[in-house]
Amino acid sequence: MAVGVKPRVKVPKTAAAGDVITIKTLISHKMESGQRKDSDGNKIPQSIINTFTCDFNGQNVMSVELHGAISTNPYFQFKATVPESGDFNFTWYDDDGSVYTETKSIAVG
Amino acid sequence: MNFTRRDALILGAGAATVALLPVQAFASPVDDAIAAFTGGAATTEGGIELTAPEIAENGNTVPVSVSAPGAVSIILISTGNPVPDVCTFNFGALSGSQFGSTRIRLAGTQDVIAVAKMADGSFVQTSSVVKVTIGGCGG
Amino acid sequence: MIGSNLLRVASIATIASLAFGTITANAQSLIINEEELMITQAPAAAHLENLDEVFSGWIYRTKETQSLQLDDFDNPGMIFVDQALDEWAKVDGSAGKSCAACHTGGPAEFAGLRTVLPRWDDEAGAIQSMEDYINECRTERMQADAWKWSGTSMTAMTALISLESRGMPVNVVIDGPASDAWEQGKDIYYTRVGQLDMSCANCHENNYDTMIRADHLSQGQTNGFPVYRLKNAKLNSTHARFKGCMKNIRATPYKEGSDEFRALELYVASRGNGLSVEGASVRN
Repeated sequence: MAVGVKPRVKVPKTAAAGDVITIKTLISHKMESGQRKDSDGNKIPQSIINTFTCDFNGQNVMSVELHGAISTNPYFQFKATVPESGDFNFTWYDDDGSVYTETKSIAVG
Repeated sequence: MNFTRRDALILGAGAATVALLPVQAFASPVDDAIAAFTGGAATTEGGIELTAPEIAENGNTVPVSVSAPGAVSIILISTGNPVPDVCTFNFGALSGSQFGSTRIRLAGTQDVIAVAKMADGSFVQTSSVVKVTIGGCGG
Repeated sequence: MIGSNLLRVASIATIASLAFGTITANAQSLIINEEELMITQAPAAAHLENLDEVFSGWIYRTKETQSLQLDDFDNPGMIFVDQALDEWAKVDGSAGKSCAACHTGGPAEFAGLRTVLPRWDDEAGAIQSMEDYINECRTERMQADAWKWSGTSMTAMTALISLESRGMPVNVVIDGPASDAWEQGKDIYYTRVGQLDMSCANCHENNYDTMIRADHLSQGQTNGFPVYRLKNAKLNSTHARFKGCMKNIRATPYKEGSDEFRALELYVASRGNGLSVEGASVRN
């Protein structure tokens, strides 16, 4: 597992049924692009988060395929429709096989 | 041998011409990246909006956002990076609007292209030029 | 007509600013999380002979860079603050202590501390920066290894502690026992060094608000430190920034944590007395 990887997610705590809400996510990750060389001139192999997904109560909100051109500490902002109370599940997939997850609840009422 | 600046320029120009030849003969990596997303289908303009700074203070972190109402997915492509693909947003059933915002790396001043696949299988495309600046002392 | 008068005033202002080469275009208020107003412009401290006003480096950035600091979630520096909070609670060293073991009031115990650092410390008999205090805690009370001056753990911790002073004006003391170091820092600030033969003042006092190639020069204020730079996508300490500047002018930099850089840190901080601490700020 890459060192010091920490996700941050911002989701409103409450919403009305059917509301469209804004979600922001950030995860600390080097996103080694595979384009850099070390001091000996050898290419540093790519090591990035390659996929990010957001689901709500088992239904998909959005997924993103990432490449080396996504900045260090990948940030995403997007919109979700909230039909009912439940949990947002966020998952980041690392090239090294690590999977990072975060869950945020929202109350509809 | 005396290797003058003029010689170097001439050599450089020759090399550049050679380097350009295959680009004219075959599709560019950028075209390939777009074709891989569209399956070779034609794209039209309109119905997609790409927001990027006109001038980026640092190419390492350039905020961009893209929106295409009714899209199934949107791909971002850089025309001046070593690898054209930047990212692809795929919108699910609970997507509130077909919008995504992120921060990207740009190796230099270039066009950023966004292509959206619409629900009916058609494709729309737009692009935006971003000037990438270099810090004062080269730092 | 009022409209056309306004237009005329605006165009005169534009011409005037062009004539004098000032290009501040992004002046707006820095309000973080829609509630915390930062002081980004203040009357210069009495000791500043050559400036009337001081400005946070935030106002010289493009609106895209500026906006990254308007919301703590958009500010990538804040993930390191989160990491520092984890570190705060983590036991390290042979004394079996965490930061939280002694500082039971949490990081909030340090509200206001960032505004007065670096400062003269009687016990140490020297100017001390926040990094010195953190490492003193680590080595003496926690019996843990000292952190590297600009390492990830250190800059994250200084960000966490600085955040407790966010919005409060910088107010370092420059007289009394601090005066020798302050004078030394001032000397360094005005001394031309390196192959480019430049002093801090050449850029940050004589030429702020102009372009150095494609970069909009600031006054080089330190109220925003530690700062998340888009350039290297991490938090940067003041000493690391000083070092970078010195390298850029092809000078041999002092060492991070050296007395020279502590003195310079004190002097430069005093040039920004009155500007808000911005916790972890965002710059290019």
